[in-house]
Amino acid sequence: MATQYIGKRLKRNEDPRLLTGQALFVDDVNLPGMLHVAFLRSPYAHARLNSVDTSKARQREGVVAVYAARDLGDYWCNGPLLVSPPPVEGTVFNERTQPILVMDTVRHLGEPIAAVVAESRYLAEDALTDILVDYEVLPAVVDLEAALEDGSPRVHEDVGSNVAAHLVQTIGDYEKAKKSAHTVIARRFVYDHGTAAALENRGVVAEWDAHSQRLTVWDTTQAPNPIRIGLASMLGLSENQLRVIAPFIGGGFGPKIMMFYPEEMLIPWVAIQLGRPVKWIEDRSENFVATTQERSQIHQAEIALTEDGKILGVHDVFLHDSGAYDPYGLTVPLNSQCTLLGPYKIPNYYSEFTAVFTNKTLVTPYRGAGRQHGVFVIERLLDLAAKELGIELPEIRRRNFIPPDEFPYDNKIIYQDFTNLVYDSGDYEPSLDRALEMIGYDEFVNQIQPQARSEGRTVGIGIVAYVEGTGIGPYEGARVQVQQSGRVSVATGIGTQGQGHFTSYAQIVAEQLQVDIDKIDLVTGDTDQFHWGTGTFASRGAVVAGNAINEAAKDVRAKVLKAASDELEVAEEDLELAEGEVRVIGAPSRSISLGELAAKANPLRGAVKPGTEPGLEATNYFGPERGATSNGVHAMIVELDPETMMVEIQKFVVVHDCGRVINPMIVDGQIHGGVAQGIGNAFYEQLIFDENGQLLNGSFMDYLLPTALDVPNVSVGHEETLSPLNPLGTKGAGEAGAIPVGPLFAQALEDALQLDGLEILEIPLSPSLLWELVQEAKGN
Amino acid sequence: MIPPSFDYEAPASLEEAIAILGKNPEAKILAGGQSLIALMKLRLASPAVLVDINRIEGLGYIKEEDGWLRIGAMTRESDLDTSDLVREKYPLLADTTRVIADPLVRNLSTLGGNLAHADPANDHPATMLAYGAELVATGPKGERIIPVGDFFTGPFETSLAQDEILTEIRIPSPNGSSGGAYQKLERKVGDFATAAVAAQVKLGEKGVVEQVGIGLTNVGLTPIKATAAEESLQGKEANEAAISEAAQLASEAAEPEADPRGSVEFKRALVKTLTHRAIKTAVGRAQGGK
Amino acid sequence: MSNHHIRVTVNGDVQEADVDARLLLVHFIREDLNLTGTHIGCDTSHCGACTVLVNGTAIKSCTYFAVQADGAEVSTVEGLAQNGDLHPIQEGFREMHGLQCGFCTPGMMIASIALLEQNPNPTEDEIRWGISGNLCRCTGYINIVKAVQYAAEKMQE
Repeated sequence: MATQYIGKRLKRNEDPRLLTGQALFVDDVNLPGMLHVAFLRSPYAHARLNSVDTSKARQREGVVAVYAARDLGDYWCNGPLLVSPPPVEGTVFNERTQPILVMDTVRHLGEPIAAVVAESRYLAEDALTDILVDYEVLPAVVDLEAALEDGSPRVHEDVGSNVAAHLVQTIGDYEKAKKSAHTVIARRFVYDHGTAAALENRGVVAEWDAHSQRLTVWDTTQAPNPIRIGLASMLGLSENQLRVIAPFIGGGFGPKIMMFYPEEMLIPWVAIQLGRPVKWIEDRSENFVATTQERSQIHQAEIALTEDGKILGVHDVFLHDSGAYDPYGLTVPLNSQCTLLGPYKIPNYYSEFTAVFTNKTLVTPYRGAGRQHGVFVIERLLDLAAKELGIELPEIRRRNFIPPDEFPYDNKIIYQDFTNLVYDSGDYEPSLDRALEMIGYDEFVNQIQPQARSEGRTVGIGIVAYVEGTGIGPYEGARVQVQQSGRVSVATGIGTQGQGHFTSYAQIVAEQLQVDIDKIDLVTGDTDQFHWGTGTFASRGAVVAGNAINEAAKDVRAKVLKAASDELEVAEEDLELAEGEVRVIGAPSRSISLGELAAKANPLRGAVKPGTEPGLEATNYFGPERGATSNGVHAMIVELDPETMMVEIQKFVVVHDCGRVINPMIVDGQIHGGVAQGIGNAFYEQLIFDENGQLLNGSFMDYLLPTALDVPNVSVGHEETLSPLNPLGTKGAGEAGAIPVGPLFAQALEDALQLDGLEILEIPLSPSLLWELVQEAKGN
Repeated sequence: MIPPSFDYEAPASLEEAIAILGKNPEAKILAGGQSLIALMKLRLASPAVLVDINRIEGLGYIKEEDGWLRIGAMTRESDLDTSDLVREKYPLLADTTRVIADPLVRNLSTLGGNLAHADPANDHPATMLAYGAELVATGPKGERIIPVGDFFTGPFETSLAQDEILTEIRIPSPNGSSGGAYQKLERKVGDFATAAVAAQVKLGEKGVVEQVGIGLTNVGLTPIKATAAEESLQGKEANEAAISEAAQLASEAAEPEADPRGSVEFKRALVKTLTHRAIKTAVGRAQGGK
Repeated sequence: MSNHHIRVTVNGDVQEADVDARLLLVHFIREDLNLTGTHIGCDTSHCGACTVLVNGTAIKSCTYFAVQADGAEVSTVEGLAQNGDLHPIQEGFREMHGLQCGFCTPGMMIASIALLEQNPNPTEDEIRWGISGNLCRCTGYINIVKAVQYAAEKMQE
């Protein structure tokens, strides 16, 4: 079916405002009488808080109020549990959530102790130095394995250990399958993911209007609607007294879907207490300790295969660093557990994880959300198995792909949306073939690499595959309305952090109503405009909100056709929509514009037929029965300087299948950005904590983000296997670029170095780590 | 990220600036500010008085005179980067300025600031050691010449008095076949050097090394002059064996600390590699290459 | 607090104010002048989101005091479009999808303009080098490079 708008590389609606400095970000909110907040944060990872003396700070000129935990009275609380543990039998889950301000015990570096409210941020920061705190420093829990040993200090005294959770999922019987294996490969893997470091830090602005008894909160959140409901409850307000606005957000990537951060819970309350607008904007140093991040997992994993490389089973036991609290449940390790299965038939699987409390910042999803860890393990196991069995690396993958006629494919374990991990559709070989062709695999291996080696150059190639669960429920909603001007307005509860929602969603509406996208106005992230929805996460915006918008637009289209049919006295099947009008097919001059129809549908006087709804407006919702699965293959050619261990990426290819693509320009952009974060994760970015839980590199000076010189051009190929789970046939694409880059680097660098005994079993890498690994392999 | 309060002076003359420094033991000079303001924002530095010397005329220049390249201390890195004179005759300096921070920071950072701040990770100090440069400080009693070898006394410490301002840097102008190069391992633009090496050579007849200077960046508490390496190369033909030996000696002269950027062994190995490459390139340039 | 009277011409308009010596130029621009297009992304002068032109030179306004800009001409993103027409760099970013969340974009565009001023016909490598002081977390820089190439071509017409 040829489409007019869907599938087209249309320029973005949101750009003019962003390009001219006219887009509102939270820090741009400037209200009369506004006060500014600075937080005093713990310089220790684990400490008893004996006393907090804020008296001197209160006396400083320009300071209006200072709050420590005990100043909050009944309002003091711990945040809510956001995601329950999954319905897997035998699951152990110790729920502990973050306090609004530390009461007795500090559990990670940067936990907020007190908030200073002053006439300016400058004065507020000065006043921080006036606050006297008596800490009793306690030994910190940092290392995952040490945390589980007897006698380890405990992050939560009232939990008998540092176990945050324990969960086992199985498919078939691994031990039995192993008995008939030709080859078993077992290794220990360590995968460390980093901090999202969106360029915009977090922020909250709150204004309580006593006259209208309304609270407005601007928040850099990916989930304005849940925030509204939660805050209303906490503050004792009716939900419709509260408006939460997530305006333009400077990058989300996951940590901004963490909800009820201490600052989010506190700032609105302070605004009500003081009767003046209150603003808190995080600075980058705070972001490194106060905004959630991902960190390491340690896997002891094993794969059993036949002689021709078919997987009989995988056995994986891993530890997951939770940080000090676990409000987000087990989403990240569950994703690791599920995504390890990849695009492969794995008939027997034993996966056991222990989530561990540590005295570090909370771990909640960051682009990939634990998938990286699982993909690293399976891709590395396959590489090691292939080498041992003498099978080429792309070939061992091909031999294990789920064939296209076995979809929907039920993996029979529970996924992060608490349904069975069922892959809805997929066709993996074409993605692999396309990637091999685009990277020039054969030519490289047979000609280019040998030639380069003869010239003394160290070059290598890598190719990896993955499946990504996306587009999960529960639901999203939207309201579409044709206005009398002929413009169409769309409101949805989901927010926007750069994914082009103002454009891709408009394309969906444009397709239904045949109106150009620049006549379609979108509002996202304003709970006054649409107050239902769960947020942007798990690559679900296009799938879930997109389909909700599609449903609402379809309903409006039906109303339009009916109204036009009545108006023109022509049967609906003889009418078509085009260029903002309804026309009689074959007699296009007999037409009526959508705007006119809208006006007629909302008369000021007269009678209407009973049961009529005014206007041309519809609200609808979409909730998929389960998530849709995208897949992809990444390939890369690198050159390594074997003395300095600096890496240069010469070619990078991504073949991606996210079902129907609404705007290929936007999807390509998402992939580019994901790859850049993947490269950062693989070779540049690592949060380094010492044995006291101190973060040694909490700034961009030492936490290295890739620059324009570090990210190569990326060639993107698209495959399109439609999802049967939603009418648009779309799947998510937001996280794809970031997911498999770790194992890709490991494979390509091993290939380049060609050193017996060199096995890269950890990420992130760096020149110094590579050097150490090479020295070790050489026996130095 | 808010700096603490300070008093601010923007004198129009050097004398005025020096007088303010003399009267205020806690005063600091604001030149490019790219190091100082950053420290103040993290509240790691809180000078009571900032003396902004950006309004003093005549402190930024690049000119050759009497056998020296004379550079005003307030010369911006970006001006060094775009100077044809520097690129053609002082390639070691050209290499160095190019890898300091990033293009935006280089628009404000000054050569004088990079030297006076004396961060062991800064790049110009090793380069000046390799050049055998002279630094000119101006104080209440007038000018004083400080040989670069006497300038760096410790991490973030120089032999400048509180009321002295570094005003000029002098590099000997090349005579004969001279060449230099700076080799830096930075993981990405703007990162500190994991290690870096500056090499400057003058070749005599038959490719024999007449003069050689080798400086090491960020592998010690101060920049290191690799004297043993220099002596091993002096008077020899700059062939592979001689360069390798010098590189080995340079790596032994390094005193790196282990940190997230690398172990002691890795940094030493890097010094060896980078010294080798720097000398080779310097020799190549001395012979007329690039 | 040490108060200083400053006079700064911003996007062609003369602005006068009394400021604390420690007021950072980026805060003066965003809060005193209400020009919020210039953004703050870090504390250590690495990200470049705050890039503005001071007397034609691209600098990071988070590491510069407002008092230092006394008597200077400052250009921010709000001054790029003329009479409702987008500057070629803004056009380039739109055509080439050089922005996603848009937070780094104003600083990135200013840095690009400075680059093109010095080098009107840069190679791809020279563009990447020229924007190496500006971090982007969304685009992977690929389309930003294309946007600058677009602008370079347009500006040479």
